[in-house]
Amino acid sequence: MKAFTYERASDAKAAVRAAAETPGARFIAGGTNLLDLMKLEIEQPQHLIDVSRLPMAGIEETATGGLRLGAAATNSAVSADERVRARYPVLSEAILAGGSPQLRNKASVAGNLLQRTRCAYFYDTSKPCNKRQSGSGCGALEGLNRNAAIFGASDACIATHTSDMAVALTALCADIETLTPSGDARRFPLADLHRLPGETPHIETHLIAGELITAVVLPPPPPGAQAYRKVRDRASYAGGLASVAVAGGQVALGMVAHKPWRAEAAEAALSSGASASEAIAQELAGASPLGRNDFKIPLVARLATAVITDVAGRAA
Amino acid sequence: MRTTITVNGEARSLDLDPRTTLLDTLREHLKLTGAKKGCDHGQCGACTVLVNGVRINSCLSLAVAHDGDEVVSIEGVGTVETLHPVQQAFLTHDAFQCGYCTPGQICSTLGMLDELAAGWPSQETAPGAAPVFNDAEIRERMSGNICRCSAYPQIVAAIKDAREAMA
Repeated sequence: MKAFTYERASDAKAAVRAAAETPGARFIAGGTNLLDLMKLEIEQPQHLIDVSRLPMAGIEETATGGLRLGAAATNSAVSADERVRARYPVLSEAILAGGSPQLRNKASVAGNLLQRTRCAYFYDTSKPCNKRQSGSGCGALEGLNRNAAIFGASDACIATHTSDMAVALTALCADIETLTPSGDARRFPLADLHRLPGETPHIETHLIAGELITAVVLPPPPPGAQAYRKVRDRASYAGGLASVAVAGGQVALGMVAHKPWRAEAAEAALSSGASASEAIAQELAGASPLGRNDFKIPLVARLATAVITDVAGRAA
Repeated sequence: MRTTITVNGEARSLDLDPRTTLLDTLREHLKLTGAKKGCDHGQCGACTVLVNGVRINSCLSLAVAHDGDEVVSIEGVGTVETLHPVQQAFLTHDAFQCGYCTPGQICSTLGMLDELAAGWPSQETAPGAAPVFNDAEIRERMSGNICRCSAYPQIVAAIKDAREAMA
């Protein structure tokens, strides 16, 4: 691990100020992904600003009937919260499908959103990777890319976003709240947080340098049932091959793109009366598999059809 | 950086490089070698300890971030003369072969039983329902602890016995 300096932030404004003023600074909360990558020297921050003890770990009701999840709340705290379990079961199920209990006890809400891809070429520092080292090329394009994206990829990067939690939050139309380096609060849809890779896969979000996520805001739950289902190579503690989150008529797919993938074509088809399988076929008409990941097309078709049908049946 | 952590009930003050993980602090600086370094990447669970009562991977934690925290490692669980019920159950059920994962398995079990008692769900828990204590729940909740000797059936049996003994 490369040497770095460390400070524990006293408040959020001091944290963003320090991030703006210190070269190579990064925020750290649970650190379960960042420290792993620092050990591999894939991440090499010069300065860590610990935000894990800032007073933003609470979960509270909003005035409009939603919930505000503090950015530093642990994944375990969110998945076990009775309000989350009762009103946003898709979110609890998604979190519990990710990582191990030990990781979820440390990992934060914001850290989960900002976790890096698990693409094997990103992790292997002997291979080119435009995300790890901009301009070095993509080893996965013609490599072992079984788990690569089928939506929204580019010639520069075919990696996927691997969060389970973010897929559920996308289906729930969550917003995020941030603090900019100048100390201003802003709020925007989670759907606008992550970028598609384009030619700059090393730039993964629309956050300003030094901007701190302070909360995730859930709107009131949509009418209808909710469910999350993930397919992976073993039954527990494994990254996904594909996942689907359904909340009423809102559908998001996981591990199929550089960001949580809102299935807008499928939602539109469903709202105009299409069957679940017809609707997901509409979505998959826009997919671009690469050969080794062709299996994700029938996998997503069957997975999403099953979950959408299940949720519709439970709501009836 | 000056860092003070209470380890197994005793305040320990150390001057640490910020890079030092909680695991290396325990093993290399405090010579508490019960917590094991298996993968050092949060994948195996051999380094599991309790921090403020909650189980975490000590290999994926910076010691400086735990200034002021209370850590319990396997050395703080039971004594040689009076084993903790979980330790006794692992012995009774032969819930290990080489033993390398065992300190992590036992600390993880302690954290897991508290999580279960608090009603925390797992992916084996029915939506909206309270968790029930059965083999599927134990296996799912212990999936962050790998045993390469594959003593899993005995570990599940030991955990069930230990919970009864602790009731």
